[in-house]
Amino acid sequence: MATLDHDAELEKAGANVSGRWSAFLFFCRKYPLGAIGGVIFAAFVFAAVFAEVIMPHDPLATNADASLSAPNQSMIMGGDMMGRDVYSRIISGARISLAVGIGSTLLGGILGVLVGLMSGFFLGWFDLMMQRIIDIMQALPLLVMALVMAASLGPSLENTIIAISIPLVPQVARVIRSNTLSLREMPFVEAARALGMSEVRIALKHILPNTLAPFIVLATAQLGSAILTEASLSFLGLGIPEPHPSWGRMLSESAAEYVRTAPWLVIFPGIAISLAVFGTNLLGDALRDQLDPRQRS
Amino acid sequence: MASYLVRRFFLMLLTLIGMSIVIFFLLRLMPGNIADIMFDSAGFVDPAEKAALEKELGLDLPIPVQYWNWVSALMVGDLGISYVSEMPAYDELAPRIPITAKLAIMSLGFSILFGLPLGVISAVRQDTTLDYTLRVISLSGLSLPSFWLALLILMACVHYFGEIPIYTDTPENLWDELLLYLLPSAAVGFRASAIIMRLTRSSMLEVLRQDYIRTARSKGASDNAVNYHHALKNAVLPVTTIIGIEAAFLIGGLIITETVFNIPGVAHFLVEAILMRDYPIVQNLVMFIAVIVVVINFIVDLMYAVLDPRIKYAD
Repeated sequence: MATLDHDAELEKAGANVSGRWSAFLFFCRKYPLGAIGGVIFAAFVFAAVFAEVIMPHDPLATNADASLSAPNQSMIMGGDMMGRDVYSRIISGARISLAVGIGSTLLGGILGVLVGLMSGFFLGWFDLMMQRIIDIMQALPLLVMALVMAASLGPSLENTIIAISIPLVPQVARVIRSNTLSLREMPFVEAARALGMSEVRIALKHILPNTLAPFIVLATAQLGSAILTEASLSFLGLGIPEPHPSWGRMLSESAAEYVRTAPWLVIFPGIAISLAVFGTNLLGDALRDQLDPRQRS
Repeated sequence: MASYLVRRFFLMLLTLIGMSIVIFFLLRLMPGNIADIMFDSAGFVDPAEKAALEKELGLDLPIPVQYWNWVSALMVGDLGISYVSEMPAYDELAPRIPITAKLAIMSLGFSILFGLPLGVISAVRQDTTLDYTLRVISLSGLSLPSFWLALLILMACVHYFGEIPIYTDTPENLWDELLLYLLPSAAVGFRASAIIMRLTRSSMLEVLRQDYIRTARSKGASDNAVNYHHALKNAVLPVTTIIGIEAAFLIGGLIITETVFNIPGVAHFLVEAILMRDYPIVQNLVMFIAVIVVVINFIVDLMYAVLDPRIKYAD
């Protein structure tokens, strides 16, 4: 399989290729929007990892005096109806959002890669059965499927991750399957077979690594929708249970009734969700352009 | 073509049968049934009474038997009785469907109205500031949660008009009705338009790279003629294929938006029914959604063969 010599390509395009750092800078120059997305995503990850250090208050501590207090010096984004600091809750919510987003994308991705790889490589009755199951799973919109799954599993962090990951499986399986189908006809697979390699080894050593690029592209795109779906589920009361500060739940607590009286309860959690998803999507678009040239637009 | 149609039709039936099994068993996995919820809220549990209620609702039967009862009733158009309102599920659902249907059609209208022209402009002016701005807007459409967008619209209304345009009574005339649906459908449509815009853009760029476009340019056709006469027609074709994805996306958006705007449509009703474990409503409604998505995809496949003469469905 002919692979792109990235360094040569970069040099041809006029880049100074002396190491990873300059390659990184080149990516930033070539995809300014992607670089912005990367910065937003990095900030999001930073907030999630160092939540304890950044939070000025305990996100769960209630304070009757601060109930519905407007943004002020101590609470820069105001307090909710139980007097909890909105800013601290948003920082701590980043952890939940990221955990559910990455957890469900990875779980769905691993299942999807397994199904897609086996389907495309072994074909036959297994493939036929998997294709029908995927058809069934794709007959429902992501949110409806996640809603029913979340309700039937019960509200908890783990169950929310599972409920979101399952509807993500079909898309990954489809992409990996079609990739595997074209890869298995490649001369290098034939060569491996001629050398007497076992089928399982060919699938794992030669086909799987080559599906990495489309998988990364798809996973980044799915990360955004996983974060959004978690927020939607929690907003509808079927996601992360109390007292965890989930962004979606913060909005549902404060929904229509506080639109009039405490707009900061609506504005800040919404900005947090939107920024996190927006950053992921920007980064995902740039990665797709770089890693999957056929889809380049 | 004919045998393709028949095969495709049977696959569609198979998918729906599979869906009915999945949905039925998923719902029975749920912790707690309606009897638990009713007796929990009453605060005291008489096991005999609870068992009587479960017997009355048929919840004591083995699950495969319950499934068979549901499907065989569904075949003759009997949707069962809602556990919550104790009315026939059909009577609960029927008046709510037109509301959601109107919202969905208006949202689809919005999304095409925004998505298609903006996608074309973005492609024609590729890599200009305008293109970047439009791409950021369309990406933000995919990134803003629909409930937040709806809440922001509500906030803007409070700020500028001093009131919230929440669904109150049945509107009196068509104009009132349109006005009532305008904001929610714009909220759903903005998000959905992002998908159309992105696909239109990439499809248009794809076409603009083709040889016949270069030929047209070299023959001296004006930019406008090439872009809008030669390219656009072919670029719009693939866009029709995402109507299925779009429908699924719209349904997701409607669930949220109907909840925020308190619109009594089926999408909002689904969430309530799930929270109340109202099986007859949930399983029929989810099946209904699956039928819509599957049938739309079927029609899109056929339409595509009609629109694009290059496509032939062999055997």
